[in-house]
Amino acid sequence: MNLIIKKEQWINLAIVASTLWFMWFAQTHFDEYTVRILNNIAIFTILAVSYNLINGVTGQFSLEPNGFVAIGAYVAALLLLDGDAKEYQYDIEDPYPWVLLLHANFVWALFFAGTFSAILALILSFPVFRVRGDYLAIVTLGFGFIIRIIAINNPEVTNGSLGLNDIPEYSNLYWTGGIATLAVIGILNIIYSKYGRAMKAIRDDEDAAIAMGVNTFKVKTLAFCTSAFLEGVGGGLLAALLTSISPDLFTFFFTFQLLIIIVLGGLGSTTGAIIGTILVIGGSEWMRFLDEPMNFGFMETPAMPGMRMVVFSVILIFVMLFAREGIMGKRELKDLFKKRGES
Amino acid sequence: MILQMKNVTKKFGGVTAINDTSFTVQAKEIYGLIGPNGAGKTTMFNIITGNYEATEGEILFRKETLNGLKPHTIVRKGIARTFQNIRLFSSMSVLDNVLIGFDFQAKYTYLETIFRLPRFFGEEKRVKKRAMEILDYFGIKEFAHYKATDLSYGQQRKVEIARALATNPEMLLLDEPAAGMNPAETKELAELIHNAREDFDLTVLLIEHDMKFVNQLCDKVLVLDYGKTIFEGKPADAIKDKEVVAAYLGDFIHD
Repeated sequence: MNLIIKKEQWINLAIVASTLWFMWFAQTHFDEYTVRILNNIAIFTILAVSYNLINGVTGQFSLEPNGFVAIGAYVAALLLLDGDAKEYQYDIEDPYPWVLLLHANFVWALFFAGTFSAILALILSFPVFRVRGDYLAIVTLGFGFIIRIIAINNPEVTNGSLGLNDIPEYSNLYWTGGIATLAVIGILNIIYSKYGRAMKAIRDDEDAAIAMGVNTFKVKTLAFCTSAFLEGVGGGLLAALLTSISPDLFTFFFTFQLLIIIVLGGLGSTTGAIIGTILVIGGSEWMRFLDEPMNFGFMETPAMPGMRMVVFSVILIFVMLFAREGIMGKRELKDLFKKRGES
Repeated sequence: MILQMKNVTKKFGGVTAINDTSFTVQAKEIYGLIGPNGAGKTTMFNIITGNYEATEGEILFRKETLNGLKPHTIVRKGIARTFQNIRLFSSMSVLDNVLIGFDFQAKYTYLETIFRLPRFFGEEKRVKKRAMEILDYFGIKEFAHYKATDLSYGQQRKVEIARALATNPEMLLLDEPAAGMNPAETKELAELIHNAREDFDLTVLLIEHDMKFVNQLCDKVLVLDYGKTIFEGKPADAIKDKEVVAAYLGDFIHD
């Protein structure tokens, strides 16, 4: 028994080490475009695994990511830009004096981005988790819209629809890949504990979970706040990668994209969320050639912007037809190596 | 006296599901709750476990009132239950199902979980060992890593009771434990409950329609009809009681 656990730990260690080695190799050897895509994949991995925690593992249908990512991105951007850089770009209204004073280094900016999102999630939890049903989806959907409207209508803080520009480009694969690795480890640590079991129990049968003494309100709130924290951090990383953010970046489409990722990968599976991210973010870049003019030898087609989205949708339909629970279902990587009968 | 129901009434709008019912369960008793469909038996369970709030009356558990407490708090005070239709966590293994019962007994915090601090490993090891002991007691240890819903009906029933026992209760509420079981399984279950009372120091309150099962197992029964108590006493006397026969048992006696 002891030997098996050891073997598993070695495998985990090997996976983490090779991931980190790959991040280093990619950062130093690959061209800028590839590194950019890998950065995107790393950030979306953070978002997808944390979104999956509340939506897939705990089974609470939520549409929150764009709101919390926006908050994280704005908090981080406001902290990363120094006073001069801010004063220079506020064109619509003059910024409040305290906005100019905000300044912190990258680590603290990310930490505050996450913490601020988590605190807002905690406040949202109280009305939402006291009742059951799809209220969470409705409230979080509205929350995303409200955040966007607040960002547009408070130019003294957010520079309105112009957004914040010239954010220092701190994000690189060491940061994004490193934090993504930590996020995945943290999420898996939660899933393989009494908290993770309680989350799954709530997904399967909330009444039965309560009858076992599980404080379902507390567990749901923990899952929601953890998701919000990591989404805030992911937003901060995104701001420091894109160097400019505006409210239009965080529309409902952002959430929708993450929803596709976790459904495609398999709701409830962290491994699935990672695979989904690689397929959707990486795949949609790879399929860019579909938008361009093509020569089939016997005929030539003109450029068709959006063609890759058509192909992508067809692929998605086929996955849903033949693998209804997504690519991984509820299984994780290690479940694939188990004997038949065991779950 | 471990559980005392004092003049409990429960109304759903205009319907009175339970009408001014009082009864007392002694420690280590196996107490049966019987009556025709719609008599208010399951409603009574839901009031004890806190899922419903009694319209009137008081529920005392070890002389402490349960009125107004949240269901998960009542479980922690020592009352566990099973459901009429088996409700296992379908995506989880048998072991994980039982481990849910240990949820509030595993003492480690969320941060200790994320950072895998020493207390996490110690507590996980402790509760897993105890969960395996309970599974061993029920003779389903070998299925620990199987998906709970892949087991046979009788075994699933055992998992459900094992899961309830994992919460370390003083009182166990069983809602129709023998429903859907064949005579052999029913007999085995009766023995199991009988032994579990001694081995786990339990008081059992159960709802059951199988009168043979009730007769064999229960020390005392309460017969409900339309929310009212029509009989309380020994099961052997219940089947002779005219009112009980008229309301519930009917032709059963003449078989």
